[in-house]
Amino acid sequence: MFSGFSLFPAQASSLAPEIDNLYLGVITITGFFAVLVVVCITYFAIKYRDPTGDKVGAPITGSVPLELGWSLIPFFIAIGIFVWAAVVFFHIVRAPDQTLDIYSTGKRWMWRFQHIDGQIEINELHVPVGRAVRVVFTSEDVLHDLFIPAFRVKADAVPGRYSAIWFEPTKVGEYHLFCAEYCGTRHSGMIGTVYVMEQADYQAWLGGGATAGGSLLQRGEALFTQLACVTCHLPDGTGRGPSLEGLYGSQVTLDNGAVVTADESYLRESILLSQAKTVKGYERLMPTFQGLINEDGVAALIEYIKSLQPTGNRVASAR
Amino acid sequence: METIVWAEPVTYINHRHSVASWLLTYDHKRIGILYLIVVTAAFFLGGLMATLIRLELATPSGDLLSADVYNRLFTMHGVTMVFFVLVPAVPAVLGNFVMPLMIGAKDVAFPKLNLLSWYIFTIGFIFTIVSMVLGGVDTGWTFYTPYSTQGSESHVLITGIGVFITGFSSILTGLNFMVTIHRMRAPGLTWFRLPLFIWALYATSLVMVLGTPVIAITLLMLVLERGLHLGIFDPRLGGDPVLFQHLFWFYSHPAVYIMILPPMGVISEVIACFSRKNVFGYSFVAFSSLAIAVFGFLVWAHHLFVAGISPYSALIFSFLSFAVAIPSAVKTFNWTATLYEGAIWWKTPMFFVFGFLGLFLIGGLTGLFLASLGLDVHLTDTYFVVAHFHYIMVGGAIMGYFAGLHYWWPKMTGRMYNDTLGKFAALLIFVGFNLTFGPQFILGYLGMPRRYHVYPPEFQVLNVLSSAGASILAVGYVLPALYFLYSLKFGEEAGANPWKATGLEWTTQSPPLPENFRTTPVVTEGAYSYSKREMKVA
Repeated sequence: MFSGFSLFPAQASSLAPEIDNLYLGVITITGFFAVLVVVCITYFAIKYRDPTGDKVGAPITGSVPLELGWSLIPFFIAIGIFVWAAVVFFHIVRAPDQTLDIYSTGKRWMWRFQHIDGQIEINELHVPVGRAVRVVFTSEDVLHDLFIPAFRVKADAVPGRYSAIWFEPTKVGEYHLFCAEYCGTRHSGMIGTVYVMEQADYQAWLGGGATAGGSLLQRGEALFTQLACVTCHLPDGTGRGPSLEGLYGSQVTLDNGAVVTADESYLRESILLSQAKTVKGYERLMPTFQGLINEDGVAALIEYIKSLQPTGNRVASAR
Repeated sequence: METIVWAEPVTYINHRHSVASWLLTYDHKRIGILYLIVVTAAFFLGGLMATLIRLELATPSGDLLSADVYNRLFTMHGVTMVFFVLVPAVPAVLGNFVMPLMIGAKDVAFPKLNLLSWYIFTIGFIFTIVSMVLGGVDTGWTFYTPYSTQGSESHVLITGIGVFITGFSSILTGLNFMVTIHRMRAPGLTWFRLPLFIWALYATSLVMVLGTPVIAITLLMLVLERGLHLGIFDPRLGGDPVLFQHLFWFYSHPAVYIMILPPMGVISEVIACFSRKNVFGYSFVAFSSLAIAVFGFLVWAHHLFVAGISPYSALIFSFLSFAVAIPSAVKTFNWTATLYEGAIWWKTPMFFVFGFLGLFLIGGLTGLFLASLGLDVHLTDTYFVVAHFHYIMVGGAIMGYFAGLHYWWPKMTGRMYNDTLGKFAALLIFVGFNLTFGPQFILGYLGMPRRYHVYPPEFQVLNVLSSAGASILAVGYVLPALYFLYSLKFGEEAGANPWKATGLEWTTQSPPLPENFRTTPVVTEGAYSYSKREMKVA
């Protein structure tokens, strides 16, 4: 019962110390106020005790300076905590530019991970130490939530859209991976292990892993031809659909005038729900590919689109 | 008044006896008792489910209950406790009984509507019981889509309809209370002479009337989506599952204030009485209730920080969540200051107030952790959240409800309960509560997700502590039921004013007359004018 017992979780990502400091900071501040109030209540309750119930308290009704003091001082302290926590939050949600991307799908009751090189894992995730990793994921059925306590990150997996978490592991080891959003019968069985490996061990693992049909990029390229995307999305922009070269990460103007960033979520939506957003200057001709392509296929296509550079050079993204 | 009456005095209890006279009553006091019966039944039902949950969690493996039974238990525990205990406990039981007495009225503004509210409430509860008997519901009390619309094979429709129906009871009660407080105050009872419990009930009524229709519509959409598959929340049909969460929390966060504002009002009453003083900063306490009611509507998306909302909107909701904490802090400081130079009489209701202050303090302060964006990412959906909201909703709201029940019990029944046993129960609940939910804060930071039927073995020590605490807590909750029942027959006669309290409800006999007062009282001073009174043994 006591094996592995601890009061504090393992600190295994570059973000974890920052979040733990915030935690200890808020404990200190709130602890001070808790002790202050409890000491006052206990002291007053004992000092002013009247066992008879016959006496009357002092005729005090209030004090405006005190009210202002104990409204404003906590308010400014609260703003301080708010700003501190918001800064940490933006470190959590903003991934660095260069990340090792991994695609994932949650479905009842398992996590499936797909590496760029084509390896697929279920309920296990192998990542190298000291490298910023970004997991882009969605759900195939209900809500799930990818939670790795040792890294202090989590995000909901929502069907119909991509979510992402990023982390830079700092310690080799094995860590829990939980589903943190209730998803039905075996919700508590939707757990797995994150293996943080030395760079060399990770390379060895990559070499030994199963690669179903080549790297994501290769599979994406094959799908791009197979699904006939290439007939409309001509590289020079003369096709019925816009050119996809240099699209990833660029700003796209839509037919309603809105400007969106072409990130993974935008690409995913444009493939599956092609009518949702149309690029300015093009007609709504693209058929929907929902039901014709699975999540693995979408991820492969996205990786291929990411690799399309304006010069015509293809580079594997995020390597 | 000078005539000596030898016969037993006429009270709201003994003037009619038949079952029909109770079930068809328009008397707010009898309706309050009817609510007390249903709420108590729901409380022990929900408590029984909590007991089974804590028993299962004493070991890491799922050895007592199957996963499906466990999931149904925590769902039904949540549904029962939230909609049939926490929301109605203080307003519908205590509010109904004492509010008209406290403002010197003969009844609420719409007595028939008041009875209708109870029937609607009870029918909603019966729907929930029926769904339980048929096999229950397993979506969590939050009914998140698409699980509730497509994934779950349990009785979502019946439970959803039950909660939908119950909502109308809240809306009608809120409406009734608002009109009563506006129109039926005794001569001389101006707004700033009102007891703070009335201010709290007024603020709560606002939230009930404005917020409850939103949950009703949301549940209706859920039922239609599940039944007819309209696609409102289904991404494959262009819907959005996160939309449900916005709609759900737009009511359910303010609902937390429906649960906690009335107990806060109770605390003001009890602390003034047993300190023999004015509540420190009366108008600040009164306006903080209204501020909480208004700002409570602007913080719902703090439940969605990891659900896929924009980080910039998260920023705004985080800030507003910090802001809404200030009025609660102001109340706590004012209650503490009320004790200063008081003449503090250590009776049972005051023990529950001490318990409330300690637990609410922890519940409120841990809310700041969750309002902090950088911490919420790690803490949300873990046991930290479970611990936090139990500190507010059980440590705060139920402790306040018990303070009120112990304070007004002599008025409601005309009998005194055993004071020593009462204090002992308060102590048991305080200790048991902290032992149950304290370790869950640590479990949450360690990363144990909520709603887990089985868990990794390293979390067992803290879970065993928690389950041990729950057994103490259970004894603490059963004890008052026993001495309250005992007091009905064997308790000492309470007399009109056993606590020597100010307030109009203490000027009439206990139990009160059917029509509350022989003559309408006239008010000439503010609430809590203890310092002007001569305290004599009653």
